[in-house]
Amino acid sequence: MRPLAITRYSIVNCLGAGARTVAEAVRDRRSGLAPCDFETVRLDTYIGRVPGLEDIRVRPDLGAYDCRNNRLAQVGLELDGFAGAVAEARSRYAAARIGVFMGTSTSGILETELAYRRRDPQTGALPPDYRYTQTHNTYSLADFVRRYLGLQGPAFVVSSACSSTAKVFGNAARLIDAGVCDAAVVGGVDTLCLTTLYGFHSLELTSRAPCRPFDAERDGLSIGEGAGFALLERVDGRNPNGATQLLGIGESCDAFHMSTPHPDGLGARYAMQRALESAGLAPRDVDYINLHGTATRTNDAAEDRSVWELFGDRTPCSSTKGATGHLLGAAGITEIIISLLAIEHDFMPGSAHTRRVDPALRSHYLIETREARVTRVLSNSFGFGGSNCSVVLGAAH
Amino acid sequence: MLAYVEGVGLAGPGLRGWLASRSILAGQEPYSFAPTFVAASDLLPAAERRRAGTPVKLALAAGHEAHVQAGRDAAATATVFASSSGDCDNVHHMLEALATPERQVSPTRFHNSVHNAAAGYWSIATQCRAPSTSLCCHDASFAAGLLEAVSQVLSAGAPVVLIAYDHPYPEPLNTVRPIPGDFGVAILLAPGRTERAATVVDVAFVPQEIEASRAADPGLEKLRAGVPAARSLPLLAAFARGTRETVILEYVAGTHLQVAVSPCS
Repeated sequence: MRPLAITRYSIVNCLGAGARTVAEAVRDRRSGLAPCDFETVRLDTYIGRVPGLEDIRVRPDLGAYDCRNNRLAQVGLELDGFAGAVAEARSRYAAARIGVFMGTSTSGILETELAYRRRDPQTGALPPDYRYTQTHNTYSLADFVRRYLGLQGPAFVVSSACSSTAKVFGNAARLIDAGVCDAAVVGGVDTLCLTTLYGFHSLELTSRAPCRPFDAERDGLSIGEGAGFALLERVDGRNPNGATQLLGIGESCDAFHMSTPHPDGLGARYAMQRALESAGLAPRDVDYINLHGTATRTNDAAEDRSVWELFGDRTPCSSTKGATGHLLGAAGITEIIISLLAIEHDFMPGSAHTRRVDPALRSHYLIETREARVTRVLSNSFGFGGSNCSVVLGAAH
Repeated sequence: MLAYVEGVGLAGPGLRGWLASRSILAGQEPYSFAPTFVAASDLLPAAERRRAGTPVKLALAAGHEAHVQAGRDAAATATVFASSSGDCDNVHHMLEALATPERQVSPTRFHNSVHNAAAGYWSIATQCRAPSTSLCCHDASFAAGLLEAVSQVLSAGAPVVLIAYDHPYPEPLNTVRPIPGDFGVAILLAPGRTERAATVVDVAFVPQEIEASRAADPGLEKLRAGVPAARSLPLLAAFARGTRETVILEYVAGTHLQVAVSPCS
């Protein structure tokens, strides 16, 4: 593919708000995970929660969209000068030439979870203040972001579980390449809700401790919440080119099982291979791999196998989910932005909470942060339904 | 953006398959409403077949028919799935369980609750490892899927099947989001003219208010207006008529897709 300039990005999650804060936390191997205290949830697990979302409201003109997911979207859009950069892009192009491609897995379903507790005892009806379209519906996030930023280009939400916000880079690249858009706002948001906390618990995939990716004693994931956004533009000198670029993207399906990865990591390998092909690069051209690394027994084993088969034990890799938790639909954009921070600040993130790498895993896994020049990064995101996506990012020349 | 239509699949109220529905859509035969018939798919392994809900069956039936028309192996076709709300029954049951003090959630219900469940089942059924996207755009989910599918055909130079489907919510969500019927549609798009290509489409994004195409038959128009995936009906009618025409599909917030349709022969 033709590389795209990443001219601005913003990030917020349990590590804090803004690129600088998140970069420092990741570099220092700090973790934002804490015992679960969300809503009325009584589960013995750790979560990565963004503080204060209960107390804010979305912009009054978009009040109908008010829900935890869109509040966190608004927080993210206001960070790192993101909304301002989009406003400048809007004057450079036209509002109708900027697309909005968002990813989320659960959108504002928390609103419906709470509304189901308040059903009319006689009729079973939902409370009159409940708004389905602006909160629960999966498209709500892109609808909100598009209106918030005053954009009029094409928009949709990709919802392919935990690969969602990596895949949106592909949607944007295709529509920019086809000339439908000149620029695109990509990324997305997932927020804590009962569906995912109790759902992952039912599958026995959550750990009682903070998750420990690639650790010999890893026993499951920790769920987090977060938002991340990136502004993509053509590399053509008309725009203030960012320091980093999207170089390639690869997508695949496992065709194996709805909630268990292919044991040989077959789909994951296809995604990584296709991403490298799309970037015109060989495995040796990649300096660091940000793994999906959820810290479940099966994900880490399958991913390790696929990485080892492609990269051997040469390429340093790590998962940053011990720091952020698993941000589900927002994992892709979060880890893509962490990869951009690694490129801009010359470090390879270590792995918070991982104590001893599982000797059965053969990739070159980093527990400690390594200070090193990082020019190109591969970022992996895999989801339920066997949905895989790998993205290659690089420093602008 | 140009693409060639090699196959269509359809399962909707009173529309039992593309071949059986063509003359109805072309206005040569009257339309009459009947509940959507969705056969249990024998594409899936037994365990998955038990777990798959109606939306998955709709998607599989439509996608399969489109591949039969096109004479292509589904294992090699990239996929775009578009739905307004995924598996609505499943979501409702999860929400009910979460509103009880016990909060006992079934693991199968949880993994079926992802918006890309149909894509997951499809890939297992067809052993397809090609790229796959699952989209939502509320009422405009079909239009969003079409835009994405055509851009994929263009960028990959390979066939892509668009599969759009919608299924009603049970109460109480049905009251706040009524979807009056099951509807599944699949359109298999190829980058070049082949023997199987019957129609060529040229899709453009139009960022302004223009009047959307409607279905001529009042019953079909009711479907189009009510079920997001059925917003494909004017396009399917143009395919069925086999004439050169322009179809306007509503997209998001006052924008539209303009689809120039022309027969290949």
